[in-house]
Parts: sequence; structure tokens; C-alpha cells
Amino acid sequence: MKISTFIFTFKQGFKNIFRNKLFSLATIATIAACIFLFGVFYSLVVNVQYSIAKAETNVAVTVFFNEDISEDQIQQIGEMIRGRSEVSSVEYVSASDAWESFKVDYLGEYADGYEGDNPLEGSENFEIYLKDVSKQPELVAWLETVDGVREINHSDVTANILTQFNKMLSYVSLGIIGILLAVSLFLISNTVSMGIAARREEIGIMKLIGATNFVVRFPFLIEGVLLGLIGAGIPLAAVYYMYNYITKYAEDHFVILNDLLQFQSPMEIFSVLIPVAMILGVGLGFFGSFISVKRYLRV
Amino acid sequence: MASSKKHENYDDIAMITLDHVSKSYTNDGIPALNDVSLEIEKGEFVFIVGDSGSGKSTMIKLLLRELKPSTGRIIVNNCDLAKLTQRKIPKYRRNIGCVFQDFRLLKDRNVYENVAFAQRVIEVPTKKIKKNVPAMLSLVGLPEKYKSKIRQLSGGEQQRVALARALVNNPPILLADEPTGNLDPRNSWEIMKLLEEINRRGTTVVVVTHNREIVNAMRKRVITVKKGVIVSDEEKGEYIDED
Repeated sequence: MKISTFIFTFKQGFKNIFRNKLFSLATIATIAACIFLFGVFYSLVVNVQYSIAKAETNVAVTVFFNEDISEDQIQQIGEMIRGRSEVSSVEYVSASDAWESFKVDYLGEYADGYEGDNPLEGSENFEIYLKDVSKQPELVAWLETVDGVREINHSDVTANILTQFNKMLSYVSLGIIGILLAVSLFLISNTVSMGIAARREEIGIMKLIGATNFVVRFPFLIEGVLLGLIGAGIPLAAVYYMYNYITKYAEDHFVILNDLLQFQSPMEIFSVLIPVAMILGVGLGFFGSFISVKRYLRV
Repeated sequence: MASSKKHENYDDIAMITLDHVSKSYTNDGIPALNDVSLEIEKGEFVFIVGDSGSGKSTMIKLLLRELKPSTGRIIVNNCDLAKLTQRKIPKYRRNIGCVFQDFRLLKDRNVYENVAFAQRVIEVPTKKIKKNVPAMLSLVGLPEKYKSKIRQLSGGEQQRVALARALVNNPPILLADEPTGNLDPRNSWEIMKLLEEINRRGTTVVVVTHNREIVNAMRKRVITVKKGVIVSDEEKGEYIDED
């Protein structure tokens, strides 16, 4: 094939977008609406999961020791705990640290009466933070077997609620994302094939003149890819702008909720959204056109 | 009575040969064409006439290789259509100009683009296209309308554009399926005059029509088809009534 034919068919693809304005608008609108909905829902789910994951990291297991245990033994236990795969971090809180923190949190100016005294003597402990809060029972069971451990404080309820909620959210969001993708797939491919069906006469004419399948099909493919690109680009830009605006607004105006609301960086969100949008928009634009045109090529 | 010409060797001289061609659209129905044999020589001007449903348009579709015959052999310009693979059909069609009753123009493009498209598909260089298209538009009498959108043209003008598109690649054969079917008498005659002029330049012209007045006035070869069978094939013939 001559390069001039390639350029001609390429240009036809561009021109077709303007020749068939209604079809182009309908396709762009369908792709954009599907990807926008998907983008908004995905951002929402990812951030809720991120907040839960953050909340999970704040759930700690506290380990207290027998009174007759030496400082070296405590540090040895600490090393053993740090060596566990489910442990994210371990903080040692000495008796004096615990008392200082208690005074600040609960006594304030009334702490003066305890000058030189530490009622929390013997309460040195390890605060253990987990990578995955669902592993808490495993860790607690192991800690109970460790010599020198007097008491283990942990909240099964909190850990369970977070684990269960996270699991439920994963299932529900996977289901909804699946449905959204299926609906998008159906709507976009339907719009593309309907638009091409309306132009089957044009395809037939080209074939009767002696145009090869490539000459007939290539402009449709270019058109499909471009419409997909525009249809995906618009909602991506809109979601990006909205995401940045909303997260900034929430961080500035809901300071009290900052511990609860944890936002993923736009990079994290869009590293998934961009490929999905491209597959949905450009991929369906391309393959939708390819398959639909093929149907009318046998003239 | 029918006087279909016969040659033993089809690849010899005939431009179009139909050899015992039948075409059925259903397995049990009456065939649209039934055991049709005919030959059209290079440079001939032939009318194929008959009422609606007689099989005229099926013949055109077979010649354009839109359809395959149920039985029989078709040879066009030394090309046996039975041996034509799907891939080779575009190249075959480039040797046949075709004009239809409904014009079949690309309505979202202008006159120039419609005619140029036929040249684009055979990969004529742009420079040559820019020379050939205006020349062809002049031949059909539309040199000033090259920028007009198809929708802005009258029926007669649209058929002229279709004719220009059909002829721009200098095909050896021109097939016209009811070219005057949507035109008033004046435009019909102008189109027929153009077809005659094209034929005079050497192109084999096959016109399917049921325009009695034109057929009778032009005194060309007339093949009459009735219920899928050739009932008459006359040099300088006339339109024969169904009854």
C-alpha cells in the first residue's frame, strides 16, 4: 500500500468525526459517562479502603511483663516480637513514659501531688502495631506462650469489625465495579455498533467502487480510537480535578476528621484509572469499530 | 425469438459471458435467474429490460460479484468470477463502473470527494486525481459544482456525479442499474446521451431499465428478461410487452 493511501485513510478517520457529529457526540457522551461513573466510584472505594487500612494500623496490642523480669529479658522479647512477619512496628513504653503520658492526658495541673512518685511502676510495655489487623488473634495466641509476659491488652471487637468491614467493602465494591464495567462495555460497544450500522450503506458503496477492506475499515478504526480517547480523556480530567478539589477541601474544612479521613494520592488512584479508562474508551472504540465494520464488509 | 450469441471459448472475445447461469435466493423457490446464457462483446451497448422481479437486477449483482450464481459460469473481462477470492473482489470491481437508480453517493462528502474516492481506492497519485476529477466533471457537465454537497444537487446532477465516479478510472465496462429510474424525462435523456457518448469512446455499456421510450428510441441491442429467463435478444431491438 502506498503511503499516500495510508495518509488519506488516516485523514478520513479524523474527518469522519465531524461528518458524523451526532454519532461522534453520542459515542463520546456514552464513553465519558461510563468512565466518569467508574472513576468516581473507584476513587470513593479506594479511599474508604485506604482509611480503613490506616485505622487498622492504629490498632495496637499492648504487652505487659512479670514484675521480676529484667530489662535485658524485656528487650529480648521485643526482638522476638519484631521478628514476627505480621508485626508492622513495636514501640517500647517505659513506666516513666507511661506515667508522663498519663499525667498529660488525664491529670494536668493536678499531677503536682504525685511529685517524685510513679503510681504506674511496673507498667512498662510494648505497643505492637500490625500490618494486617486480621492477624491479631494469631499474634495474641503466640504472645500468651512467651515467658515473662504477664498481660496482653487487645480489642478483638475493633479488630473484627475492621476486618469484616474491609472484607465486606471489598466484595461489594468488586461487585459494583464489575457491574459498572459490564454496563460500560455493553453501552459503549452498542453505541459504536449502532453508529456504524447507520453507515452500512456508505461501507457498501465503498466496497462496490472497489475499495479494499483496509481502505474501508481503517478510517472507522481511527475514528473509534479518537472518540475513545476524547471520551476517556474528558472524565479523567474531570475526576482528577474533582478529586484534588474535594480532598483539599476536606482536609482544610474538616480538620477534626483528619485522623479518620485518609486520602490516597491522585497518583495512586490514576495509576489504575488511566489504564482502565483507556481500555474502556480506546479499546472499545477500536475493537467495537473493528467488529462492527467487519459485519458489513462482505458486499 | 431469442438469438443469444454463443462462443465455444469464453476467454476469446466476449467482454461479458453468462453460461447457463441460475440464481435462487431460496432452496425451494422460483429462481430469480434460470439457466441464462448470453454474451456481450467489447464496446457493445446493451439494454436489459423486463418488469420488476424479472431478474434484471440479480444479473447486475452477479456481474458485480455481490452475489454468486447457484449454478453456471460468469466470465467478465477474461475473469472467471467463480475463481475470484473475497480478497480479489475489490480489484475486479475497479474494472467495472457502476451506476444505480438511487445514485449511491457518499452524501456527507462533496462532489469532488465522491469522484476522487474512486481514484483513491486504486491509489492514483493526488496530483493525477486533481487533474482527472475536474476533467471527468466537465465530461458530465458539472465542472462548477465540484464543491457542492451531494444533498444540494438535483437527481439529475447526482446521477451525473455517479457517472463521473463510475468512469473516472476508465473502466472497460459500465453497468447501469435503472440509471433513469429517479429522473424526469429531460434528465433521463441527458444521462442516456452521456452513456452513449461513453460507449462511443469504447466502454462496454450495459443498461438495466424498464424505460420503454428510451429503449425504443435508442435502437440498441435489447435483451428481454421475463421470470428469470431471456425471452428475447435483438440487435436494434425494442421493448417487448410482457403480454
